[in-house]
Formats: sequence, structure tokens, C-alpha cells
Amino acid sequence: MKKLNRRSFLKGGLAGGATIVAVGTSKQALAGTHNFGGYPDSMGVLVDLTKCVGCRTCEAACNKEQGLPTPDKPFDDLSVFEEKREGGLPRRTSEKAYTVVQKYDVEGREHPLFRKVQCNHCNEPACLTSCFVNAYKKTPEGAVIYDKTVCVGCRTCMIACPFYIPAYSYSSAINPVVKKCIMCYDTRLKFGRPPACVESCPQEVMTFGKRTDLLKLAHQRISEKPDKYVDQVYGETEVGGTAWMYMSDVPFDKIGYDNHLGTQPIISYVKEFLAMVPMVLTIWPALFTGFHLLSNRKDALKNDDNKS
Amino acid sequence: MGGRKKTLLGMAALMLLTAPLAAQSWAADGPGTVELGSLANHYSAVTFNHAMHTGVAPSCAECHHHTTGLAPTDPNCARCHEAGAKAKSVACKDCHSDKPFSAENLKKIQENPKLYHKDRLGLKGAYHRRCLGCHTEMGGPTGCQDCHTRNDKGDAFFNSGKYAPTPSASGGHGEGH
Ligand code: SF4
Ligand code: SF4
Ligand code: SF4
Repeated sequence: MKKLNRRSFLKGGLAGGATIVAVGTSKQALAGTHNFGGYPDSMGVLVDLTKCVGCRTCEAACNKEQGLPTPDKPFDDLSVFEEKREGGLPRRTSEKAYTVVQKYDVEGREHPLFRKVQCNHCNEPACLTSCFVNAYKKTPEGAVIYDKTVCVGCRTCMIACPFYIPAYSYSSAINPVVKKCIMCYDTRLKFGRPPACVESCPQEVMTFGKRTDLLKLAHQRISEKPDKYVDQVYGETEVGGTAWMYMSDVPFDKIGYDNHLGTQPIISYVKEFLAMVPMVLTIWPALFTGFHLLSNRKDALKNDDNKS
Repeated sequence: MGGRKKTLLGMAALMLLTAPLAAQSWAADGPGTVELGSLANHYSAVTFNHAMHTGVAPSCAECHHHTTGLAPTDPNCARCHEAGAKAKSVACKDCHSDKPFSAENLKKIQENPKLYHKDRLGLKGAYHRRCLGCHTEMGGPTGCQDCHTRNDKGDAFFNSGKYAPTPSASGGHGEGH
């Protein structure tokens, strides 16, 4: 229910915002019509959900690699799977946990299915396009990273992300900044190494490689075991494609994946909506002086990003 | 189902048998026990009872694929790997690298378009999938510490044991719960 609301909120924002900010956004809207499709040699991770045993080793690995705070419960405490948020939803990513494993009891499946959640590192990230201070960057290696010194904590990316990933360090009340999985870019990916969670997994649930290779592999696995796998690689086309992709033996919409996101990048929806966010949703007078400068810089950087 | 379960159990058995053979004793069909320690980091080595597992596995190929000279049980593998000569080594570690994420290995995979087994499991994945896959089906032990005890480094990694969070350290109610 919440999902639908947010989606319609974005679409409504687009419709309603269009008239208000039509002049200001015409350039961005035009830019949004091209389809970037991702960097050709970018890396990705293929997650075979059928292999995950829910041991949470990946969560522990992420906590250590990213220097995250002490967790509320030990990483070998499996009672976290029964924790529910509002609406009976399982745990989600937070400022203290860039990845969480969720458990799904699926009717007709003999054992529960476990699903590791983290940023999907979209080819055309809604968080990036929605950020009016350009805190985000999609690197040629495939990671979607952010500059926390630029982030102003407006939470627009949190609304824009179709997978509910970005979280905020609320513990810092004065300067809350975005916190999310960075595909271990600083410590690993930029040196060609796989993320810590990938390497830690005892079941080798996650295969690290070039995104294009992973797609071939996924389809090969499906064709070799058509009775086992659902004939869909989640993330191949969803929201324009993501670096993290998933294989399953039960339909994706039964295990919390949104199968109604479409194949177009979310930017098509959010671009115009976002142009009005700083004015409508954030009342930070100090920002307004800087906004013009920042948005110019954003355009310049975006051009760089898409060309490099 | 029973047949499949048996085969799976067999897999676990045989696979471990040929693992990193640090210390082992031999019975008629291979080693009696195998010390699996090459990956030990957060957990202690596993002393694998190969002899017991060969007793319950219907065939060596359940765990060793085609390497023992028997026909592989997976029809997809059989497309290429027919029953034939025994492989030079039937040890898990000789095909499943203990460093699957090394730069050399990743380079080999990325730069050879003809390589078929691009996603060949590393040793850790091979062990755990074989053992846990079968144990899950057969009702064997599946808890991490049912097979290997965690060491102090592992306790720290999992924030468990003496490293478990105290109520004050975790700061009460956490975000996202
Ligand atoms: S470490 Fe691997 S098997 Fe364990 S919960 Fe994470 S993805 Fe699943
Ligand atoms: S999953 Fe969300 S946070 Fe991650 S890149 Fe995509 S839009 Fe951004
Ligand atoms: S890729 Fe790195 S930051 Fe992201 S969930 Fe895995 S370990 Fe954490």
C-alpha cells in the first residue's frame, strides 16, 4: 500500500509540478528522454536467491567493512527475521545496516526463502537524478556512491529510490546525511575487488563480474534448469537495469520485489518533480543562495558523468 | 524424494572427502576422515567423516561429479562429462579455488569468452552448498556451529559471545526495526 502511495505521489508530483516549474525544467526533461543504459564495462552482482540460507554473514561483513556501529543484536541472532516494521513489513536497510537479509515463507515452497537487500546500483539511479545538489555519482565500475559533504539531508533521494534504500543518520540531528550501500567502492570495487558481503558468503550466493557477463550467465542457468528457476532476471530491465540482479525459484512479487516498476528509469518521473522539491519541501533559507550555483554545477557534472 | 535425498547426502560426503587433505586416514573407498582447514578463519577446521558419508551416499558422483570416473548424476553435466577416466585428482580444492575472488581468477573469467564454467564455485561455496544442500533435505545438522566451532575472531566478527552488544551500546531502539 505504501508503495502505491509513493509511486502515485511521484507521478502526481510530476503532473502537478509540471505547470509550476515548466520553464525551469524544460532542459532537464529533454535530457531525460535519452536512455543511458549503463556503462558498458560496469561490474555487477548476480544473486541466486535459491542458495541463500539466511546466515547473516553478509550483514556482519558489511558492518565491519563499512565501519558501521555496533548492531542492536548479534549477527548470529536469527530472531531478527521475525521483527516487523509498520504494516507487517520485514526489516529494511538503515543508517546502521547497509544490507539486511529478509525471510519469506512462500506457500508451496518447502523451506523459507531468504533475500539479501541492499542498494541495487541502478544504471540510471533515481537517487542521483533526484538529488539537486548532485551528491550522487554513478561510477564507471557500476557503483552508485555519494559525497556526504555535499548532501544537505533533504531526503529527496529516499522518496525517489524505487527500492527504499537510502537511509539517514538521524543520530546526527544537526546534519543528517544519506547512508547507503556503496558497493564497497572505496575499499574494494575501485580496485577491481568484489564487495565484502559477496566474498564473505559461505554459500557463494552472489556472483561478481561484468554486468553483461552476469546476464548471460543468469540466462544460461535458467535455460539449464527451467523447472527450477522463474524465467526472469530481476534487475535486467527494471527501472532501466540495475547492477545487482536476482534469480529466484518463486515469482518475484511473492518475495517483496516490485514487478510493476517498468523498464524506464525513474528519472522520467522524478526529474520535473524534483526541480520543485527544494522550494516546496525544504525550508532552508541558507540553501537558496547556494542553490543556483549548485544546480549549475549539477548540470555540468551530469554531462561529464554521462560522457566519461 | 527419498532417492534424491540420498543422493544429496552422498554429495556432501564425497565432496568433503577430497578436500584440502591436511590430515587424513584411508579406508577402502578413500580417506576415513579429512581435516578441512584451508579456509579456517572465523571458524575452526572441520574434521570430516568421509567414511560415514560414503556409507550413505549412493554414488561417489553425488559429490565428486565426474572426477571419480563415474557418470555425473546431473544430466546437464553429462552432456559434456560422460563417464570416463578418473580425473588426476578428485580433491575438491583442485577444481574449486580457495581464492575465487583473486585478481588472477577474475581476470581469467573476464578475458576468456570461451570459458564455459564462468561461475565455478570457490572452495567455500562448494563445501557449503554440498553439505548444507544435503543436510537440509536429509535433516542433517545445518547450524554453523554444528559443523565448525567459531573462534574468538569469529565471535568479534559476528558481535556475539563476549562481543555481544550490551543494551547501552546498542542505544535502545534502533532505526529500521
Ligand atoms: S551470507 Fe550468503 S547465505 Fe548467508 S545470509 Fe548472506 S547471502 Fe545468504
Ligand atoms: S537502488 Fe535506490 S539508492 Fe540504489 S542506486 Fe537505485 S535509486 Fe539509488
Ligand atoms: S556491497 Fe559493501 S556496502 Fe554494499 S552491502 Fe555489500 S558489504 Fe555493504
